[in-house]
Amino acid sequence: MIPANLSVEHFLIVAAALFTLGVLGVFINRKNIIVILMAIEMMLLAVNLNFVAFSAQLHDLVGQVFVMFTLTVAAAEAAIGLAILVIYFRRLGNIEVAEASQMKG
Amino acid sequence: MIIQIAFYLFSTVLLLAAVGVVFARNPVHSVLLLILCFFNAAGLFLLLGAEFLALIMVIVYVGAVAVLFLFVVMMLDVNFAQLRAGFIKMLPVGLAVGGVLLAQLIFVIHAWPHLLALPHAPIPNPANVTNTAALGQVLYTNYFYVFQMSGLVLLVAMIGAIVLTQRHRGDTRRQSVAAQTQRTAADTVEMMQVAVGAGVDIPTTNMGDSK
Repeated sequence: MIPANLSVEHFLIVAAALFTLGVLGVFINRKNIIVILMAIEMMLLAVNLNFVAFSAQLHDLVGQVFVMFTLTVAAAEAAIGLAILVIYFRRLGNIEVAEASQMKG
Repeated sequence: MIIQIAFYLFSTVLLLAAVGVVFARNPVHSVLLLILCFFNAAGLFLLLGAEFLALIMVIVYVGAVAVLFLFVVMMLDVNFAQLRAGFIKMLPVGLAVGGVLLAQLIFVIHAWPHLLALPHAPIPNPANVTNTAALGQVLYTNYFYVFQMSGLVLLVAMIGAIVLTQRHRGDTRRQSVAAQTQRTAADTVEMMQVAVGAGVDIPTTNMGDSK
């Protein structure tokens, strides 16, 4: 149920701004993969906010169920991403992903 | 009125914290601001009536994911000033892409037709059924297989993370199960006829080492 005096657009605009900030974070922190991963988490959060807002607007619980699946995938993605980051650091001694070109033929 | 104030408070802090995550100089500050972000998003979820998801958000994101980030940030000894070298150079590109994307998203939001969609699982009256119970009634029936699959995703992620980060150090002695089970009595025990007063030569093998 969307609270009175608020419409679904309020929530959608907040989510859109959050998603845009996530994209901005991916673009301007090209070297720092930790911040890139955090920006991806923020984008997923914006998607979740959209899901819940539409769920409240359409009176449909399925949106909230899918947020749980998104959460699962986000947690798995963070774990794997950070594991890859740790072995990358162990191997090369830095985390400058802009220079990651070892697999270039 | 109070709900509107809460909405604007939560969204303002959420967006300011998101700006901080992107622009903070120190990644530790980024992680802490990300946690603030998640808390405020949980507040927005509460406003929308998704109480269970709000609490799950706090538990999963703040309790697990953000702490994982914090661990990694503090574990890696990285020169973060060096990582910000291309920051100013990428800023115009990032702002351009972000601006276009935001404009498009807001355009879509305002063009959104108020569909008369048929609910697949109508939200029950909160006075009768709590949000948690209602979610469970949908999740464990209609979406049971998807639920199992998401458990599998977590299992794969767990095994993947363990396998990726496991390190074989050369200076530790590890158990070799194959060598232990292949070991027979004939390899290790030898019967000898010992003459009285003569004794035997003990072979100098290192006993008990299965390598």
